[in-house]
Amino acid sequence: MTTPLAHYLILAALLFGVGLAGALARRNAILVLLGLELMLNAANLNFIAFWRFSSHPGELTGLMFVLFSIAIGAAEAAIGLALVIAIHRHRRTAQVDRFDSLKG
Amino acid sequence: MEFIVKHIWLIPAAPLLAAGAGALLPKRRRRSGAGLAVGAVGVSFLLSCAAFWATLHGGRATSHFRWFDFGATSAQLGWMLDPLGAIMAVMVALVSLLIFIYSLGYMAGDGNFTRFFCFMSLFAAAMLGMVLANSLLLFFICWELVGLASYLLIGFWFQKPAAAAAARKAFITTRIGDLGFLVGMLALYSKTGTLLFYDGGGGCLEQGVIGGVAVSTAIALLIFCGAIGKSGQLPLHVWLPDAMEGPTPVSALIHAATMVAAGVFLVARVYPLMTPQALQVVTWVGALTAVFAAAIAVAQNDIKRILAYSTVSQLGYMMMGLGAGGVAVGMFHLTTHAFFKALLFLGAGSVIHGCHDEQDIRKMGGLRKRMPVTFAAYAAGMMALCGVPLFFSGFWSKDAILGAADHWSASRGPFYLGLFGAFLTAFYMTRQVCAVFFGKPATGEAERARESAPVMTAPLLILAVLAVAAGFFGTPAWPWFQRYLEGGRAGFDLSRLLDGRALTVMLLSTALVAAGITWGGWIYGRAGRGTDPFEKARPALFACLRRKFFVDEFYAATVVRLTAAFAMFCDWLDRVVLDGAVRAVSWLAVALARLNRSVDESVVNGGFDAGTEAVRGSGAWVSRFQNGQAQRYLRVIGLAFCGLLILLLWGSP
Repeated sequence: MTTPLAHYLILAALLFGVGLAGALARRNAILVLLGLELMLNAANLNFIAFWRFSSHPGELTGLMFVLFSIAIGAAEAAIGLALVIAIHRHRRTAQVDRFDSLKG
Repeated sequence: MEFIVKHIWLIPAAPLLAAGAGALLPKRRRRSGAGLAVGAVGVSFLLSCAAFWATLHGGRATSHFRWFDFGATSAQLGWMLDPLGAIMAVMVALVSLLIFIYSLGYMAGDGNFTRFFCFMSLFAAAMLGMVLANSLLLFFICWELVGLASYLLIGFWFQKPAAAAAARKAFITTRIGDLGFLVGMLALYSKTGTLLFYDGGGGCLEQGVIGGVAVSTAIALLIFCGAIGKSGQLPLHVWLPDAMEGPTPVSALIHAATMVAAGVFLVARVYPLMTPQALQVVTWVGALTAVFAAAIAVAQNDIKRILAYSTVSQLGYMMMGLGAGGVAVGMFHLTTHAFFKALLFLGAGSVIHGCHDEQDIRKMGGLRKRMPVTFAAYAAGMMALCGVPLFFSGFWSKDAILGAADHWSASRGPFYLGLFGAFLTAFYMTRQVCAVFFGKPATGEAERARESAPVMTAPLLILAVLAVAAGFFGTPAWPWFQRYLEGGRAGFDLSRLLDGRALTVMLLSTALVAAGITWGGWIYGRAGRGTDPFEKARPALFACLRRKFFVDEFYAATVVRLTAAFAMFCDWLDRVVLDGAVRAVSWLAVALARLNRSVDESVVNGGFDAGTEAVRGSGAWVSRFQNGQAQRYLRVIGLAFCGLLILLLWGSP
């Protein structure tokens, strides 16, 4: 008995919602980044689920796609953490609401 | 001879060129300026002599050319050669030449030597052009040039306020007469259609009575107005004595050869226009002027002013001669007077120079021994002016006038006035000569007086000879001058001299002259210094004469005051009415401009400002959304995404 597709999708949506909430509500920059990672992984879960339930699951297209996505996510996390460290050095804080120089 | 008859215009052209060239010379080129002027007038004199010689042999010429066209007609100018013009040209050129040479000495110390000779040349050129003009228009042009030159020369020492005022007075007073002249000229033109004197029968002098006796008389009298102004006749004589403010050679030139002679010459030139009625006016004006001015001369103390009033008086005689006797009588006196009056003025200049610019005869005296040459020449001039019988020119020319007045049918008045004037002339000249040359020197200046340089005394001697000799050309026994002007020949006939009536006049005038000289000599020869003996005897009369019959005061109280009042009225009109209108217009313009500005500022600018303010406000409000917090941007995006999602889920059925 296999689990239907809808369950995966619901799980991914919940995971995305948790990530989004973290990204929007958290003050700490590192926790915002964690939220972003959760949202990325929710998308990855969707990719895998749609691949498994597609018409030709024997080809490894979905798997490859997700591998690329994880690699890009890792790179993105590295850049994000580097930015956070640079800002922290400069400003002596990691609170996102204190970062207000991104305006004209 | 043919040459000069054809090219008569060369006579005035020479000094005119000298004046033009002299005007361009730098101030320091004194020798060239003076040489040019003397040379040019010398050339004029030689050419005039040639022209005169030609007229002796019947040479006559008239020429004319078109100056400019207006409408269907044109202004014609022209030159003419006739005995009247030729004798005047010779006289003017000769007297001018002698005065120019004299000026070399008299003006030697003046800084504006070159300018002086430039003006003098212009004066001579204008006068020569006038006597040779064949057109009343050209005559008028030269006439005005004479006026201009006299203005420049009387005001030559314009640093002196009196000289500047005298120049203005001369110019304005003569201009009053010139207005009449101009109107007369226009009237003449409108009646005859030409201003040429002689034009083969078509000239304005050849047409007889013009448009009836009344019109003709009116034109003649209007033209005579010009002569009254220029020749210093009765109502307009006031400028002439004031003109003494100019340098003495200028006075000599004005009084002898040029300016005042112009008026007499004008009457002589347009004599054919003069109706008997007009001639009556001329005679009376002349006779009254003769006595009036002679009486004033009795009480003057300035050596040149005495001579000036004497000139006015003698000009009156000339007008009387023209009116009563004809062209020849007046012109003869004009010619002899030119010589002896030039002599007297140059002599007076020599005296003034010798006494270091002293002009008051009360401060002279005893100069007979210190300035013998001047004295001899001056005495000759004085006797010629008085009319001492037989050997002096003034006797013959004055006698001709008195004889003509004696024969005048209209009235005996001018004859008696003339006789009285002759007596006064002898009296005031004796007074002057006694005060200047006899007695003891009154001041140290007079005591130290020295004879003038030969360049000044030589012209005096030449003029003295002429003042004596000129009379013999017009005696009743040999009336060469009169016949020459009429174009005939004179024979010598002693019997005319002994004609009963003429002899009576001659003896009468001789007796009066003798009485005048004797009485004058008796009073002033013995008088010491101090109050004038005549003043002691008749103080009221003397004061009246001293103040020149109050003519200047009368003019100051009437004409000048009237003019000043009118000027004040015009000033008021200008300031209050015209300026007021202008100010009202300008005020209106300013008010409109202010209104315009306020509309511009409040309405146009206000609307614009409000618009921009709204844009700025909304911009400020909108810019609050960009607060720099990336998280908040993300929230907005999230909300928008949710909104979009809801719209997609429920919006599409």
